[in-house]
Amino acid sequence: MMIKLDHINKYFGDVQVLQDINLEVREGEKLVIIGPSGSGKSTTVRCMNFLEEPTSGHVYIDGKELTRKNKMELVRDTTSMVFQQFNLYPHMTVLKNLTLAPMKLHGKSREEAEELAYHYLDVVGLRNKADAYPNTLSGGQQQRIAIARALCVQSKIILFDEPTSALDPETIQEVLDVMIKLAKEANITMVVVTHEMGFARQVADRVVFMADGQILEEGPPEHFFLNPKNERVKKFLSKIIR
Amino acid sequence: MSGLFSEDAWLMVWAHKDTFILGFMNTLETSMAAILLSLVIGIVIGLMSMSDRSLLRSINRVYVEFIQNTPLLLQICVLYYALAFSGHKLGILLTGILALGVYHGAYMAEVFRAGIGAIPKGQFEAAESQGFSYVGKMYYVILPQSIKIILPPLVNQIVNLIKNTAVLYIIGGSDLISLTYNFVTGATTGGAYAPAYLVCGALFFLICFPLSMLAGLWEANLKKQDGREAGAEKKVAAT
Ligand SMILES: Nc1ncnc2c1ncn2[C@@H]1O[C@H](COP(=O)(O)OP(=O)(O)O)[C@@H](O)[C@H]1O
Ligand SMILES: [Mg+2]
Repeated sequence: MMIKLDHINKYFGDVQVLQDINLEVREGEKLVIIGPSGSGKSTTVRCMNFLEEPTSGHVYIDGKELTRKNKMELVRDTTSMVFQQFNLYPHMTVLKNLTLAPMKLHGKSREEAEELAYHYLDVVGLRNKADAYPNTLSGGQQQRIAIARALCVQSKIILFDEPTSALDPETIQEVLDVMIKLAKEANITMVVVTHEMGFARQVADRVVFMADGQILEEGPPEHFFLNPKNERVKKFLSKIIR
Repeated sequence: MSGLFSEDAWLMVWAHKDTFILGFMNTLETSMAAILLSLVIGIVIGLMSMSDRSLLRSINRVYVEFIQNTPLLLQICVLYYALAFSGHKLGILLTGILALGVYHGAYMAEVFRAGIGAIPKGQFEAAESQGFSYVGKMYYVILPQSIKIILPPLVNQIVNLIKNTAVLYIIGGSDLISLTYNFVTGATTGGAYAPAYLVCGALFFLICFPLSMLAGLWEANLKKQDGREAGAEKKVAAT
């Protein structure tokens, strides 16, 4: 199992936002998480790299329990994250954004790191932006750079938290295309919070539906298109599938 | 001695120019040491305000509020006389450095807190999600972004600190203000008020004004940069 959430509960103050979440993600699996806003999707994904620490329960990454003590090393060595707001480092060029972690955290030389960076810039189709600063790029371009940054550390797991939700409609597809390419070509374990059901249908091995901090239904994407069981799932899907 | 700016008064000041130079140098030395101390305190205490440990956050609040809400003059007296009573003699210079460093450290802490607080949460999370340690995150990602926000108010604090070396007078310091005051009230040198104060003020102005200018320039630059960035974002949104 690449990721295992074992009886995860999460409270913010008195409010319980995750209730007994159990979820396993196989190596190389592409998992899509859907559900209404506020249902705990982000919190679930953020528990996988301890951006949020569960109030109770256990998280296992690649067989090792993730703890407050080992999170720095374990997260560094196993997972990357792509955020809704891109979160590129605005004071660095694209190339520096991509080479920072490989050089400072993964012992790569500048040459090695830049070679990697250019390789993944090619993957996302933005080699010509290496010397640009993030805020001169469009949202879609920034997100593709953020994906390249996540790829540069060559981690086994990439977590995506609504990677296209902050984008203008016309740039969503360019980001999805990159993600589809990754999903098809690389043996990366991908956990993707998204409402893009087209994407889910194309690449997801499994879709999980969350509401009120619980997993209400899960199955292959076809299941959600053909015969979802739960009324809330049906209602939700009828709203997002156009 | 006749006339505020009589020739005699000026000659008297000139004859004692070494006094003013000495005071000036003492003020500079005290300031520089105190600035270093206040920066260290400012960074450490300022970062405490961002900690997820409530104890550290409390230490930050207590320190900042206590120091900012009692007079510097009182703090330096307490430091000097309390220590003297308990048998520790720090010396006037060291007491001055400590008092000024501790006092302005509290203000520096607020400067750092504001500068770091202005950086979006996503930047911290991006660095954490890559596996950076606290120090790595601050050094590579957060501080380089906050520095342009921090610098202008930080320079203002430095200017204030230099001017506040005047409080050394109360413990018998030999800073510029104290020596100037001793000079104009001295038995043999007294009376040359106007030229002496003018010289003293000019010397302060000589250090403080360029610093203030620098801070102002930085601030203007920062505003311009922000404008450009906002402009760039708008362009992106429009395309
Ligand atoms: N840092 C936080 N502090 C307090 N409440 C939070 C925090 N983060 C999320 N929440 C709350 O937790 C619930 C789940 O949030 P989230 O996981 O972001 O949901 P989703 O990603 O599905 O929209 C929401 O009600 C949200 O308001
Ligand atoms: Mg969310």
